[in-house]
Amino acid sequence: MNLSYGLERLWLWLVGLLEKLISWLGLPYIFAYTLEKIIFAVALLVFISVSVLYLIWLERKVSAHMQSRLGPMHVGGWRGWAQTIADMVKLLFKEDIIPAKADKWVHRIAPLVVFIPSLMGFLVIPFEKNLIAQDLNAGILLIFAFSSIAVLAIIMGGWASNNKYTLLGGIRSAAQMISYEIPLVLSVVSVIMLVGSFKLNDMVAAQSGAGKVWFVFTQPLAFLLYLIAATAEVNRTPFDIPEAESELVSGYNTEYSGLKYGFFMLSEFTNMLIVSLVAATVFLGGWSAPSWLSRVPGIVILLVKTYFIVFVLMWIRWTFPRLRVDRLMDFGWKILIPLAFINIFVTALVMAVWRKPTKILRIIKERLLVIL
Amino acid sequence: MTDKNKILDKDGFETMYLNMGPQHPSTHGVLRLGLVLDGEVILKADPDIGYLHRGMEKLAERRTYQANIAMSDRYDYVCSMNNNFAVALAIEKLLGVEAPKRAQYIRVIMAELNRVVNHMVFFGFFAMDVGATTALMFGFREREPVIELFESVSGARLTYNYFRVGGVARDLPSDFVEKTKVFIKFMRAKLIDYDRLVTDNVIFRDRTVGIGKFSKEDCMSYSLSGPVARASGINYDVRKDDTYSVYNEFDFNVPTLEGGDCFDRYMLRMLELRESLKIVEQALEKLEPGDIMAKVPKVIKPPVGEAYVRTESPKGELSVYLVSDGTANPYRFHLRAPSFINLQILQKALAGFKVADVIAILGSIDIVLGEVDR
Repeated sequence: MNLSYGLERLWLWLVGLLEKLISWLGLPYIFAYTLEKIIFAVALLVFISVSVLYLIWLERKVSAHMQSRLGPMHVGGWRGWAQTIADMVKLLFKEDIIPAKADKWVHRIAPLVVFIPSLMGFLVIPFEKNLIAQDLNAGILLIFAFSSIAVLAIIMGGWASNNKYTLLGGIRSAAQMISYEIPLVLSVVSVIMLVGSFKLNDMVAAQSGAGKVWFVFTQPLAFLLYLIAATAEVNRTPFDIPEAESELVSGYNTEYSGLKYGFFMLSEFTNMLIVSLVAATVFLGGWSAPSWLSRVPGIVILLVKTYFIVFVLMWIRWTFPRLRVDRLMDFGWKILIPLAFINIFVTALVMAVWRKPTKILRIIKERLLVIL
Repeated sequence: MTDKNKILDKDGFETMYLNMGPQHPSTHGVLRLGLVLDGEVILKADPDIGYLHRGMEKLAERRTYQANIAMSDRYDYVCSMNNNFAVALAIEKLLGVEAPKRAQYIRVIMAELNRVVNHMVFFGFFAMDVGATTALMFGFREREPVIELFESVSGARLTYNYFRVGGVARDLPSDFVEKTKVFIKFMRAKLIDYDRLVTDNVIFRDRTVGIGKFSKEDCMSYSLSGPVARASGINYDVRKDDTYSVYNEFDFNVPTLEGGDCFDRYMLRMLELRESLKIVEQALEKLEPGDIMAKVPKVIKPPVGEAYVRTESPKGELSVYLVSDGTANPYRFHLRAPSFINLQILQKALAGFKVADVIAILGSIDIVLGEVDR
C-alpha cells in the first residue's frame, strides 16, 4: 500500500528541507529537531482550534436538526458557519467575574488546568504514518494520563467558586471520572494485549493490510465499553451529571464567565475530539483504509472515522435523559468494570489457545492426569 | 451561618443547606426550595412560595364579572381556556343562565384542546427535568398547531379571553373543524413516537419508576386531585363524578394507575391526552349551527348569593367560589387552585430522595407558579 500522499509527503519534504538547511548552516541536528516539533505543534494547535470551533457549530446543528429546528442560520452566511467565532469573540469581551469569597488563584488557574492537558493527548495521535508529533512507546497511556487530569481542574473550579452548586458538581465529577477512568483503560487493555504495544501506530498497523480486520469487529465489547466510558469521561449526556443543567444550574462552571468559561467549553469539545480520535485509531483502523481507497490521504480517512464517532456521541447526547448519580456509579462499578475484566479474560484465553494450542492441551492433559 | 445549618445527619456530621430557587432553571418559575442535604440525600425540604404573588383574589373584587374572565387567563397561563371555563361557569351559575348548546360544545373542545397543550408542555418539561432535551422541543412543536387553532378563534396565543358570560366570544372560523381533525390525526401519530423516545427509554424509566411514591392515603389527606391523585389509584375526575357543561354526553374513560410514582404520573397524563383527543373528536361530530351567546344583560349584576363551581383543569380540580352582593363587582372571589394544593405534598415527598429526584418529583406534580401564588 502506498499511503504517502498529500500532507504526509509535504511534511516529510519540509522536514528534509529543514534538516538540509540546518546542516548547511553548520548547526547541530538538535536545532532541526526542535524546529520540526515547534512547527508541528503550531499546526496541531491550529487544527485543534479550528476543529473545536467547527465541532461546537456542528453540535448545535446536529441538535437542531434532531429537534426539528434550524439552529444558527445567519452569522457568516452559509448555515451560520461563523456562529461559534462570533460567540468566542463575545466571550472575549465579557466581564470576567470572580466571586467575592472565591479562592481567587485556584479559580483563575482551573480553566488552564482543564484546557492544557486536553491538548496534550494530540501529541501521540498518528494522523498518518509519519504525521505524528512524537511516536512515544507509551502513547495510549499518555492520552489517558492527561485526560484524567481534567478531573483536578473540575474539582478546583467547583471548590474555588465557593458556591454550593459548583461544589456538588465538582464532587460529583470527581466520583464519576475516577470510576469511569477504570473501564476506559481496561477496555483498551484487550487491544493492547492483541497488539503487544502501547504505540498507536502499531495499533493502526495491526488493523491494516491484507487479512487483518479492525478491532471493532474482533473486540466489539471493548469498543462498546470504550464508547460508554468515554462518554462519561468527557461528561456528556447521559453522564453529564457534573454539570446537570436542570439540577445544578450549570454544575462546576456556574460561577465562570467570559473567557474562563470559554476555556471550559473548549476543553469539553477538545476532550470529545481526542476521545473520538482514539476510538477511530484504536478500534476503526486509524488512518489506514481498504486498498480501493488507498489514494485518499490518511488524514482524511482518520477524520471521517473520527467525525462518525463524534456524531454518535452527539446523537446519544440529544436522545437520552440523564442518569442519576448513584445509578451512574452502580453502572460503572457493577456492570462496566466486570464486563471489561471478562473481556480481558476471554481475550487472554483465546490468545493463549490460538497461539500455542498443543502446549495448552498438554498442560490440561497433565493437570487432568494429576487430578485423576 | 444560619440555624438551618445545625441539623446534623445520622452520624453527627454537619449538613449542607442548599437554597434551590427562586432563580433556578427547573423550579418551574419562582418556587424556592430550602434543602438540607446529607451529601446528595435530602434530609429536609422546605418549599417556599409567594414570589409570584399578585393578589389576584383581591384584585377580582375591583373588577367586573367579565373582566374577571380576562384575568383568569393569568392564573395558570398554560391552560387559560380551562380557567376561563371555570370562572364563566361560576358567573353563569350566579346569574342562572346557561350557554346555548353550540357554545357548550365549543367550550368543551377548547378545554380539551387546552388539556392536550398542558400535557404536551408537561411532557416536554418533565423530560427536560430528567435530562432529555429533545423531548422539550417536540412537546412545544405539538403545542404549536393547537395554539394556532386558539389564535384563529380568539386572536391571542396565550391569554385567550375567549369565554364570555353565557357563551363564547366568537364563532368558530370555517376551517376550524377540518384543521382540528388534521391535528388529532397528527397528534395520534406523534404519540407513538413519544412512547419510543421517552416512555420506553431505559434511563427515563430508571429515573422515574419508584421515585416519589404518593400513597392513596397521602393523596386523600393532602386533598390532591387531578392526574396526581389518579396516578395513585384514586378514581376521581370532576368531569365524570360531578359532571358539568355537556361532559355527560361524551364517551370517555378516566384512566387510573396504581403505582403513584413519577412514572405513573407521567404515564397517566399521556393516557389522559388520548382521552381528550377522543372527546374533541366526539364534540366536533356533535357541533351544529346555532347561537353562541345566551341572552345576558349588558352590565352583569347577579342577584345576592353565592356559587361554587368545580371543574377539572389539566392540573386537577379547579374550583371557583363566588359571592355576589348585587353590585357589578364580586364581593368575594376565591379560587381552589389545583397546583397550590397539589404542591403541599412536596415537603413530605422529598425527604430521603436525592437532589436529582427533587426535580423529577417537582416536575411530575406539574405546577404552574402563576396558579400557586395567584
